[in-house]
Amino acid sequence: MSPMLEIRDVSKQFVKRLDLAAKIAVKLGANAREEVVHAVDGVSIAIAEGEVLGLVGESGCGKSTLGRMVAGILPPTAGEIAYKGKAIAAKGTEEGDLAALQIQMIFQDPMSSLNPRMRVEDIIGEAAVYHKIISPKDMSSYAAEVMGRVGLDPGYARRYPHQFSGGQRQRIGIARALAVKPEFLVCDEAIAALDVSIQAQVINLFMDLRQDLNLTYLFISHDLSVVEHISDRVVIMYLGRVVEVAPTNELFDDRPNHPYTYALLNEVPRLDMRGLDYQPVSGEIPSPLDPPPGCHFHPRCPHASDRCKAERPKLREIAPGRLSACHLNDEA
Amino acid sequence: MSDATTLEVENLQTHFFTKGGVAKAVDDVSFSVGKGEIMGLVGESGSGKSVTGFSLIDLVDPPGKVVGGRIMFQGENLVDASEERMAKLRGNRIAMIFQDPMMTLNPVLRIDTQMIETVLAHEDVDRETARQRSRDALGQVGIPAAEERLKAYPHQFSGGMRQRVAIAIALLNKPDLIIADEPTTALDVTIQGQILYEAQKLCRETGTALIWITHDLAVIAGLADKISVMYAGRIVEQGAIDDVLDHPVHPYTIGLLGSVPGHNTRGHRLYQIPGMAPSLLDLPQGCTFQDRCTFASETCNQTIEITQPVPERNVRCCNPQMAGAAS
Repeated sequence: MSPMLEIRDVSKQFVKRLDLAAKIAVKLGANAREEVVHAVDGVSIAIAEGEVLGLVGESGCGKSTLGRMVAGILPPTAGEIAYKGKAIAAKGTEEGDLAALQIQMIFQDPMSSLNPRMRVEDIIGEAAVYHKIISPKDMSSYAAEVMGRVGLDPGYARRYPHQFSGGQRQRIGIARALAVKPEFLVCDEAIAALDVSIQAQVINLFMDLRQDLNLTYLFISHDLSVVEHISDRVVIMYLGRVVEVAPTNELFDDRPNHPYTYALLNEVPRLDMRGLDYQPVSGEIPSPLDPPPGCHFHPRCPHASDRCKAERPKLREIAPGRLSACHLNDEA
Repeated sequence: MSDATTLEVENLQTHFFTKGGVAKAVDDVSFSVGKGEIMGLVGESGSGKSVTGFSLIDLVDPPGKVVGGRIMFQGENLVDASEERMAKLRGNRIAMIFQDPMMTLNPVLRIDTQMIETVLAHEDVDRETARQRSRDALGQVGIPAAEERLKAYPHQFSGGMRQRVAIAIALLNKPDLIIADEPTTALDVTIQGQILYEAQKLCRETGTALIWITHDLAVIAGLADKISVMYAGRIVEQGAIDDVLDHPVHPYTIGLLGSVPGHNTRGHRLYQIPGMAPSLLDLPQGCTFQDRCTFASETCNQTIEITQPVPERNVRCCNPQMAGAAS
């Protein structure tokens, strides 16, 4: 079966161009150069229909940038993202527009992603009217129907976003995404800003929607326990690169393969672990402006060798369905 | 009160006098923390956990005011203490660490200026001694090359490093009590692990009492000795960490623990507490949790006193769920 969404060797670089003053300074012999951030560096992932793929990493690892490229908000610098076999970068073509409609995104902060001056029914219904899914006169009833689906009282349709609580606002964001009948949802830290009890409600909503509407998710989060709960498969990123891909149960029940994943899982606080003696990973996450050569994790890795400092490890299959990018696998 | 008790809070009440009415942000809160002990203060947004922390060192801004109760710090009631006395205690005997380290650090002053100032404000030593102590404090929280880093400005540090600097400043005068308000919430997992490690080491080695305020039950599970769970301004359950997490008896605690995704919940629906937290201006009569509680009965709208349905456990509930507590 061909994957629903395929990310092929995608990279994204953000370049800070020299401003006028810096250009003059360079002419005069100063040592300024353009700063390039390799936010995403040669990432390939395939997502099957109906799957929930968890994408995990710490700040600056490029997980949000990757999510934005999948949702079509950012164009990739290199590589290609294909939705049902067709490249989504081709905006303006019929297939490109269809992909853009069927892939919807849910953002972390519902307050900054909802227009504060629009009523909830307009927020939810606007895109559906624009894309001719419904006619303008049906908008109110359609918005009410979608609101009911995400657990919002349709009686609140004429209210503004600020009149809702954080959890309800997140439901509005979900309703807006669902209104155009998408097949694929990119959730970028969609529950990170919510309280624990509200978080559970929204996680359950995501699981219900998946069943009812046969949705596929790219679920981006820094919270490993949430990802463990909701995902079928997990991708772990570090500084713009994928370091490990594994089915959820193998990753969390067995030993993870990559030393970074191992450290990350070790650091996650869990309810069933008490009176811990914390043994922290040493060092900090390096700046993506100036990543270390070879394997990005080598300065913090307890197993690093000379090879890790020079050669970038390839992401390769170490067992059926499991990929890891670590030189240690060659020695075993 | 035994000698080992650093802080004992009794019936603390902090109210906010707003136009819409009186919001009882902290209502009848009692707890104690001993030497070297770590207490987790857990709650969701609006539960009053941060206001409790601010009340302890008299940092509640108007229209908020501590209107009742006692805060006994080493035998001294801080509610009655003068502003001069509080200024002597703050940053010296009692320190606070905030969620955002930039709230603690002045962006236009070098780290050494800020640290030396903190030492000199409370102790009559020369600058070189103060500087030396600042350097030691930075080393203590795991900042490499402390001597060079002293000359840096806050913006030259990463988020995790800034939080370490804030913790180092809190440690400078070797306080007896540290109040940490969500200090690792904004940090990445591996960096959070480093901070938790430092906090734990500190309490073990120096006997500092620590109040760790957070919404994250999992962090508390690994760190704290005891736990107080807050809901709508009141502590609803309080006890030793293992007892409360393994055998909760208050319906809110049970619901909260069931909402946490994790190892045993994969593929299952999470337990969800219905509804949302009530407004502090419009609390129901009696138990504040009754509208969301699956075990609510007619007695819930009467005043609920704290009882001990299980030994060593304070619970504010008229229908404590003993099924899980029996074992």
